[in-house]
Amino acid sequence: MTPTLIPWIPALTAGVIGLISLFRDEWNRFAGALCAGAIGLSFLLTLSLWPSVGSGVLESGFYDWISFGSGDNAFHVGFSWFVDPLTVLMLLVITGIGGLIAVYATGYMKGDPGYWRFFAYVSLFIFAMTTLVMADNLLLLFLGWEGVGLCSYLLIGYYYEKPTAVAAAKKAFIVNRIGDFGFLLGIFLCYQHYGTLQISTMLDRARETLAAVSHGHGVATATDLWIPFLLMVGAFGKSAQLPLYVWLPDAMAGPTPVSALVHAATMVTAGVYLIARCLPLFELSPYALPTVAAVGTVTALFAATIALTSNDLKGVFAYSTVSQLGYMFLGVGCLSTDGAMFHLVTHAFFKALLFLTAGSVMHALAGQLDICKIRGLRHKMPVTCWLMFAGCLALAGVPLTAGFFSKDLILGDALAYAVDHQSPLFYALTFLGVVTAFLTAFYTFRLWFTVFMGDEHYEMGDEHHHNNGAHAEGTEADHAADHDDHAHEPHEMPWIMNGPLVILAAGALLAGLVLHFNHGITHAVDHSTAAPFVDAAHGGDHGDAHAGEHHAYFMGIDAHVFMQILSSILAVAGVGLAAVVFWLKRDIADAAATRFDPLVRFARHEYCINEIYGATIVEPLRRLGALFYAVDRLIINSIMDLVGFAPRLVGLGVRPAQNGRIQSYGLGMVLGVAVLAVVVLMATSG
Amino acid sequence: MLLALSSPMLSHYLLTGAVLFMLGLVGFISRRNMIQMFLCTEMMFQGVVVSLVAFSAFHGNVTGQTFVIFVLTIAAAEAALALGLVVLLFRHRRTLDASAWSALNG
Repeated sequence: MTPTLIPWIPALTAGVIGLISLFRDEWNRFAGALCAGAIGLSFLLTLSLWPSVGSGVLESGFYDWISFGSGDNAFHVGFSWFVDPLTVLMLLVITGIGGLIAVYATGYMKGDPGYWRFFAYVSLFIFAMTTLVMADNLLLLFLGWEGVGLCSYLLIGYYYEKPTAVAAAKKAFIVNRIGDFGFLLGIFLCYQHYGTLQISTMLDRARETLAAVSHGHGVATATDLWIPFLLMVGAFGKSAQLPLYVWLPDAMAGPTPVSALVHAATMVTAGVYLIARCLPLFELSPYALPTVAAVGTVTALFAATIALTSNDLKGVFAYSTVSQLGYMFLGVGCLSTDGAMFHLVTHAFFKALLFLTAGSVMHALAGQLDICKIRGLRHKMPVTCWLMFAGCLALAGVPLTAGFFSKDLILGDALAYAVDHQSPLFYALTFLGVVTAFLTAFYTFRLWFTVFMGDEHYEMGDEHHHNNGAHAEGTEADHAADHDDHAHEPHEMPWIMNGPLVILAAGALLAGLVLHFNHGITHAVDHSTAAPFVDAAHGGDHGDAHAGEHHAYFMGIDAHVFMQILSSILAVAGVGLAAVVFWLKRDIADAAATRFDPLVRFARHEYCINEIYGATIVEPLRRLGALFYAVDRLIINSIMDLVGFAPRLVGLGVRPAQNGRIQSYGLGMVLGVAVLAVVVLMATSG
Repeated sequence: MLLALSSPMLSHYLLTGAVLFMLGLVGFISRRNMIQMFLCTEMMFQGVVVSLVAFSAFHGNVTGQTFVIFVLTIAAAEAALALGLVVLLFRHRRTLDASAWSALNG
């Protein structure tokens, strides 16, 4: 029962919020509390689930969703749950971080005319996301997958009066369609190959094949090789990896809590989750995981360089999300699923924190996002300043913060994998990952030093943001005062918004330390389907799947220790360089930016990727659309018009007969009778 | 032929009726004055009535003549009604021209 409640409580809440807003306007203000309460309840239920799952699996059915056929052709898909430690881990992130973000949003969205709409969407999103991670079959997972896509679309387009937001929402939805198409084909192929969509059954079959292959009898079929590539397309779409990353930066048009919840902490990690969940399927193909790792790493570096040049407060974090997701894919790609999941958890903490603090800055500066126009806010917003500092430390991977441990687990595992397999590809990927780590530290603190350090100087944004609504209604006096404040000076956020951030900051700083030393994540992953395949015959039991990799040596030092030392140095160096360039000696930054102006612009412009996509995909499609439109207008429409014109033509011909003169009617009658008479006469005489 | 002239036969009566009817019909179609048109319809009536009486007499069956009495009665009632209508129509348009009432043209 408990697993069933976790998604359905938010789902019901979404319905309730929608209904009450329909009937009573004054109840709208409870929407935030309802939503946060529902997610909190789901979080408590998830916590209560933890002991009963432990290191096993909890399977429970809800109802038979799709059922037809009989015998060998029977097709059954249950609305049922498969809860293993990996699921619980995801659920904790989704409901825990989600709950905190919902609490923050009750403050952030206050006074917005669409207050209830926002929280209804968020509740629905939590429903879809929890369904996604708890699904016991691929079809139900796909339902959740599409559900989060829908909620993402709705939330990006939340400010539907802004054309950019609407365009971004459409872009996100359409780009995700491409990925989902691949995913759907993958599901079809899975059903054809395994005869079921039940994940556990499929994975058992895959493990059998793996064992057979490793013993030298039996081979992976072509279908085995193709399934992971199709699933991968879906994962890359949802998790914004090259070449399908383009929607995520635009998705920042949504309200900031959405960026934090959907586009940083939870939804975009669904791709990583999918690969982790179906890891044995990916292991069947010798090329699948290296492809995942390569795409992830290249994306990580690529996005980091854009983040380095972006002047958009949320844009920097958006690209850094793409970049960090790339790390996670590198993690799953080198069989370090525990590293990937570890990074997923810590990233959820610190990126949610960063987005929310960015939201606070935006909120305080009336929607100002251009970091060229925000300087030295540390006195105006001290709490936000240090909260973001905590987040930046974690993102930069400064030693002992959460990001440090998780990122280094991935990089260390990647290096160990490279050493173990003597794989030049993975050496290269590890190198790129290390470079990205340095860039990450640098661009993160470029942002922080720019926004909070140096001389105080800022310009307010042009939007009055969502406080418009409260202002127009002119309801509560304190609200009006709050708004007045707004117009003049940036101010610190109320504690309803800063409170959750403090928890997130604690997580960003300490979660890594705790989870690193109690091996919670590794334990959870090794007792789930995300555990890398270890052949029983070659020693090592299931619970110790990562043991082998922990003893790889690189240049005489343990790979993980080596990586920790290297990345500590790089992180500190990155932060230090950023401090010098963007705080102490700003003229260096300006000089460098001028010196490399074309390059900087090129990167800031996302290497013209959007233009390339526009020219190669969007524009031809638009042309095709124009062609179809012309055919419709000219050919189909003319035929239809002709059909409509025929009765008019006939009418035109016979209209004079109806001239309103009684004499004419009389004449007509007489002529008619005459004709009839002639006919009758001819008939009777003939 | 002489016999035909001296003692009228059925065809003569029918011819008379037909001529009356046709005169009425032509008048109805060619006239615009509503009273004249009305009188023309009366004339058509009479044409038909003459035929009925003729048939009745030649067949030795009084049904036709009885029918004619009824027709005349009803025609009298109808004449009263129709003239009343014509007066009303005249009041609306100050004219007896039937073409003034051609609003129902297509």
